[in-house]
Amino acid sequence: MSSSVANVAGRLESVIGAAHVGGEATQCEKYAIDGVIPAAVAMAASAEEVAEVVRFAAREKLALVPCGRCTKLGIGMPPARYDFALDVTGLKQIAYYDPADLTLSVDAGMGLGQLAEVLGEQKQFVPLTVPFFDECTVGGAVASGISSMLRHFYGTARDFLLGTEFVNGAGTLTKSGGRVVKNVTGYDLHKLLIGSLGTLAVITRLNFRTFPSPQGYGHLVAVFSDVDAIVQFRNMVAKSPLAPDSFEILGPEAARYLAEFKEDRSSPLPSWYAAGLWHVCVSFEGTEAVLRRYSTDLARFAQQSGAANFEFLDGPRSEALGGALRELLNLLVCSGPAVSIFKISSLPAFPADVVRLRELAERLSIPCVIFASASGPLYFAAQPPVLDGNAIGAMAQLASGVFEYATAHRGQASILFCPAELKRVVNVWGPERKDGELMRRVKKAFDPENVFAPGRFLAGI
Amino acid sequence: MDRSVIRGLESIVGASTVLDRPEDLLLYEYDGSVEKARPGAVVFPRSTEQVSRIVRLAAQHDIPVIGRGAGTGLSGGALARTGGILMVFSRMNGILEIDVENQRAVVQPGVVNYEMSRAVEHAGLYFAPDPSSQKSCTIGGNVLENAGGPHTLAYGVTSNHVTALELVLPDGEIFRVGSRHGDTLGYDLTGLLVGSEGTLALVTEITVKLLRKSESVKTLLAIFDRVDDASETVAEVTARAITPAACEMLDGWTLRAVEDFIHAGFPMDSAAVLLIELEGLAESVASQAEGVEEVCRMHHAREVRVARDDRERDLLWKGRKNAFGAMGRLAPSNYTLDGVIPRSKIPQALRRIKELGEKYQFQIGNIFHAGDGNLHPIVLFDPRDPAQYQKAVEVSAEIIRYCVEIGGALTGEHGVGMEKSELMPLLFSDADFELMRRVHDAFNPACALNPGKIFPLNKGCGEITPRAQAAVRANPL
Repeated sequence: MSSSVANVAGRLESVIGAAHVGGEATQCEKYAIDGVIPAAVAMAASAEEVAEVVRFAAREKLALVPCGRCTKLGIGMPPARYDFALDVTGLKQIAYYDPADLTLSVDAGMGLGQLAEVLGEQKQFVPLTVPFFDECTVGGAVASGISSMLRHFYGTARDFLLGTEFVNGAGTLTKSGGRVVKNVTGYDLHKLLIGSLGTLAVITRLNFRTFPSPQGYGHLVAVFSDVDAIVQFRNMVAKSPLAPDSFEILGPEAARYLAEFKEDRSSPLPSWYAAGLWHVCVSFEGTEAVLRRYSTDLARFAQQSGAANFEFLDGPRSEALGGALRELLNLLVCSGPAVSIFKISSLPAFPADVVRLRELAERLSIPCVIFASASGPLYFAAQPPVLDGNAIGAMAQLASGVFEYATAHRGQASILFCPAELKRVVNVWGPERKDGELMRRVKKAFDPENVFAPGRFLAGI
Repeated sequence: MDRSVIRGLESIVGASTVLDRPEDLLLYEYDGSVEKARPGAVVFPRSTEQVSRIVRLAAQHDIPVIGRGAGTGLSGGALARTGGILMVFSRMNGILEIDVENQRAVVQPGVVNYEMSRAVEHAGLYFAPDPSSQKSCTIGGNVLENAGGPHTLAYGVTSNHVTALELVLPDGEIFRVGSRHGDTLGYDLTGLLVGSEGTLALVTEITVKLLRKSESVKTLLAIFDRVDDASETVAEVTARAITPAACEMLDGWTLRAVEDFIHAGFPMDSAAVLLIELEGLAESVASQAEGVEEVCRMHHAREVRVARDDRERDLLWKGRKNAFGAMGRLAPSNYTLDGVIPRSKIPQALRRIKELGEKYQFQIGNIFHAGDGNLHPIVLFDPRDPAQYQKAVEVSAEIIRYCVEIGGALTGEHGVGMEKSELMPLLFSDADFELMRRVHDAFNPACALNPGKIFPLNKGCGEITPRAQAAVRANPL
């Protein structure tokens, strides 16, 4: 161990006090990334403490990874250096909330589920309907760039994040944006932090636009035997005046995961489930009259496009399905020792030739699961039954096939979650792109000493 | 400007597309703001490759380059503050691709905003950002200033509708950032570039999202005898979680000026009107309209009129969008401010603006995007009277300071540009500026693109600061 990384915990204690530092292996394991366990964890209780810790790291040339509740640390490459974790879950206050203005300022370490409860009391919400919802922090949901199911209507975080406060790599507390719903004052640096995996700064506070909770909501589940019919159905909805909240397309295997997602494993499979078929789940909201309109029009589109069956869900059944859909990615992450989940962003998000992806996996004898959002990414989860050299070799071949597929569709692909073993042979960010050069320059502007998660991001950042 | 530079520009774009005679340059020394700055030359490139060659040439001679669309901006963003080459994108005005199925278009920066929507009208689509100048302003200008408009209340500003860009950096290198889809691997450079006011890169190609037109539109005109009632109506509509597509307010003084000019049907004897537009499914619009009418009446609206057809609707909007033109009939010049505040604080902000008008002895009109809390107080003045001009600038700064004091920001949609660069410290600390400057330098290290904008003159690029300050001294407003 070099002198610069020796006794990290002890030296951190001198910065923020022993009560805020953990150095035991059992404490640090929780923060491991791809098997790399940090030597210590600093648990900051304020933005000022975050700044002090980062200044310490910059001074001592140590590398840290900002963490919330550690649900998505597997995204990205293993950090090249990882001396300690900076846990921000101690920052958990709502700093400002003006329900009449529909604006909110919340600390990064607050739980997303907890925030939803507070907003729910005012019949409002922030449309970050992301997997790991009840386990993750607000800051983590934004910094991971994980896709929200409601983006079809509400957009992504960049559409409703109004500003942030953050600590840059020099250990300085800085800010971008503001707390008003329309603002072009200065550079939108906060947009750079979305999906940055903590490689630019430690987010300490986020300002959001909030939205009124819907008066009523419902789901359509339509079942299709072929992909062309789904494309037809999607196009009919897209060309109609309807503006659904979400539009999720599930391959037969993904639909099975969804159907089996319930607390009571012995209860029968839901009535909407049809084994071996593709499923489309559309959610919508509004007054009773609006919900009736959705039911009428969606039923007509389903019939006209040749759906094998369809069913409308309302009330608790609709809510339960929404919750299961939101957590589908989470379910897949936990679905096996070697599961690898590709994220593909191309247009259309769900092309008719999506079957090529399944053929690709079948040729390599890898079971797979596909699901997509009509305006979000397509997820392609490969599930080799065992984690061994053969599986890793096949997955590496699959990865190059998926990256080629995305390029052919003028899109981009990455591996969102996969075993550390695969990361040794495949760069999860895919082939290097020219704009990686600009990203390296931005990284240097924010974090000149390379304190934050070096090596975890794309372009070698 | 040095003849060798002019000859170099002519060899890139042709002699007819370079201007350097004083009488030609005069036309390019202003935009829609009260600022002025004359460029040394004006050039009209036709391609990304020409843009790249021009910036390389400029770099060799240490001459700054300033991008410009139609020059309708309201903060001096497209003015050559320190002289240099003004690069006008009006000849790069091609719509390169329309992808109806995926609701995307790829355009050159000189495409006029309104023309984009017209080009996709046949498919039931449109480009959502709709600044008042939409019939002349360009999408490139919209992107660099992150332009808004009345309907951004429901649909968001330009950044919400741009997914990818092609850039030319000051060294002439060409990059593509973002993706057609919108999700992109790595940092959201598109999000950073939109609204960067031309200080980071020149934008030569833009991928925009297209929205589907709503099935049903209802436009209401609510008429009030007290300004307070109108502003409290806006706060209540927001608090009740009704999201109109647009919610605009005109005070009595402004609407009388507009009515004299446009004859939109605004009542001459009212204290304020709200122009509220609801869009969406017919069923949704009907229930929202009921809610809006109820709130208006609760706050003593004298009358709530509903536009009966497209003609009436268009007339109401014509009154709103041409209001600033109407001001030209009342005074030699006007200073249109652009502050933004929390929506729950509109009533108190309007009262404060009135007090400040009385203090500085100006009639200040208000016509603004009430639903967003985006104020546009209009100060009428005579620029030929230096004392009056100075007072107009002072009252404007005081209004903007007040916006910041109550939790708002310096600009909602016009940008910082030259106009507000010195007010930036009201919102940002030295540490904030330091980071912004470092990000600036990551793209534009020598301040070769649009110098003297966004940053206060003593906090921008070190080497350009003396040049910008000298230019300001040489050309005081």
